[in-house]
Amino acid sequence: MGNAENNAIDATVKRVTDAFGGAVAIEGAGELTSIVVEKGKLRDLLMSLKTEKDCAFTMLTDLFPVDCYGQEPRFEIVYLLLSLDKKVRLVVKTRVGDGEHAPTVSDIFSVADWLEREAYDMFGIHFDGHPNLSRILTVDDFEGHPLRKDFPTEGYGFDTPFVVNLGGETT
Amino acid sequence: MADDARYMTLNMGPQHPATHGVLQIVLEVDGEIVVKATPVIGYLHRGVEKLAEVKTYHQALTLTDRLDYTSALSNNLAYCLAVEKLIGVEIPKRAQYLRVILAELQRIAAHLLWLGTHALDIGAMTVFFYTFREREAITDIIEQVTGARLTPSFIRIGGLAKDMPDEFEGMVRTFVKGFPKRIKEYETLLTDNIIWRKRTTHISPISAEDAISYGVTGPVLRASGVNYDLRKVFPYSSYEDFDFVVPLGKNGDVFDRYDVRLKEMFQSNRIIEQAMDRLPGGSVNADAPLYVPPEKADVQNDMAALIRHFKLMEEGFKPPVGEAYGAIESSKGELGFYIVSDGSNKPFRFRIRTPSFPNIGAVPKMIKGQMIADVIAAIGSVDIVLGEIDR
Repeated sequence: MGNAENNAIDATVKRVTDAFGGAVAIEGAGELTSIVVEKGKLRDLLMSLKTEKDCAFTMLTDLFPVDCYGQEPRFEIVYLLLSLDKKVRLVVKTRVGDGEHAPTVSDIFSVADWLEREAYDMFGIHFDGHPNLSRILTVDDFEGHPLRKDFPTEGYGFDTPFVVNLGGETT
Repeated sequence: MADDARYMTLNMGPQHPATHGVLQIVLEVDGEIVVKATPVIGYLHRGVEKLAEVKTYHQALTLTDRLDYTSALSNNLAYCLAVEKLIGVEIPKRAQYLRVILAELQRIAAHLLWLGTHALDIGAMTVFFYTFREREAITDIIEQVTGARLTPSFIRIGGLAKDMPDEFEGMVRTFVKGFPKRIKEYETLLTDNIIWRKRTTHISPISAEDAISYGVTGPVLRASGVNYDLRKVFPYSSYEDFDFVVPLGKNGDVFDRYDVRLKEMFQSNRIIEQAMDRLPGGSVNADAPLYVPPEKADVQNDMAALIRHFKLMEEGFKPPVGEAYGAIESSKGELGFYIVSDGSNKPFRFRIRTPSFPNIGAVPKMIKGQMIADVIAAIGSVDIVLGEIDR
């Protein structure tokens, strides 16, 4: 990473810490510099990053939760942002506990609509204000959230044999 | 607006030849006009992200082949770049150049597969036979090098599985020499074909702002005029050494996406030529015994190497605690692997950012207000692979 990119990130980080104060914390460095934000301020932060004149992070490359099973709060939601003008990436993270809701960002970035549905499907995290928070990859009547650490890899009922009905009475 | 009763619901797929896999789109149509489109995905969901969490880093490589199965080597490359960032291993120049050659061959093969099937969807059958002829030549090269045609798992963490065979140079040179003429043939068949023009120009356009908001990447984004190519913006695997241009479109319609991909194939051909000319000598694997397994010949002759190989394959290695994001410009767009390590021999979180997932998410936006027949053209032009959408 060159100097120009580092300067752009440093300037953004400084601006964010000035504006949001205690609500944000900076972790990591270099390519994956992360801004950890309280979930109440998440939408404000993403909106300000998107609309900033000098270094606008207009694309949400990815959104995904990490299940830090055993820790509190349990989930860490990672927002991977990209500035197309300055060609730099920035990571925004927010943490939510099991059963807590996170705010939706689908009205700020259209791509978040599907990504939040996937996060809900795989981790069971609810996003407040999402227009259609339903399962996206698994079937609608699927039980559980497969990417949670306490969901067994082979699924539930792995050893139960299939019941084959060949026309006679099932036992 | 009239009441909903005048709209008909039409199910397209999941078993429809023009959806390129198992994509279902529920269309609400007003006569021939699409009012609303809802893609239904997940028919090919295998839980790759979950599976990778119980595999060691070397084992998880084989899962990546099966994401975008039209360009398996690109997937291998993206995954290996992410893990190499995590463990901080430097790859020798020769391996980097060979990776570039293989990835670009794979890009051409994926674009050829797309071009043939896309034209077939729209009704131009001849192109299919032409493109598959060249694609076969590339698949032969990949088979000669890796031993497999579709799922090679050849690019490994720390380098390559082995060095190139003697036939490699001759085969690639022959292909690279003849390919520009072949692109001309496709252009003769399609670009100035009046039917092709009418079926593609101003069909399912998407503006640059919308494309960015929907997270669209790759040729679809570039067709809307946004200059974002990871090979230029975040160069990896020595792409900065090569001279190539990034083709851009203007209108973001089906024709521009076709045009951008055709020009991209020509540029890929140039990159392969340059990489072949300047191919350095040396090893194809990094000197990092903690992470990279020994050469096959050593394993068969040296007891210590056999033990090291066994330990690396059986137990794997333990990268430091941390996170890494490795991304490449695959044939469809930005393919990235975000790996979180907790210091154990298995990934703690294995996130795959696939280009097709956001790209198909933008399709409802593109086809709103278009004719049903254009839905086929739109899906084809986005170039989706369900293997990487559903994971």
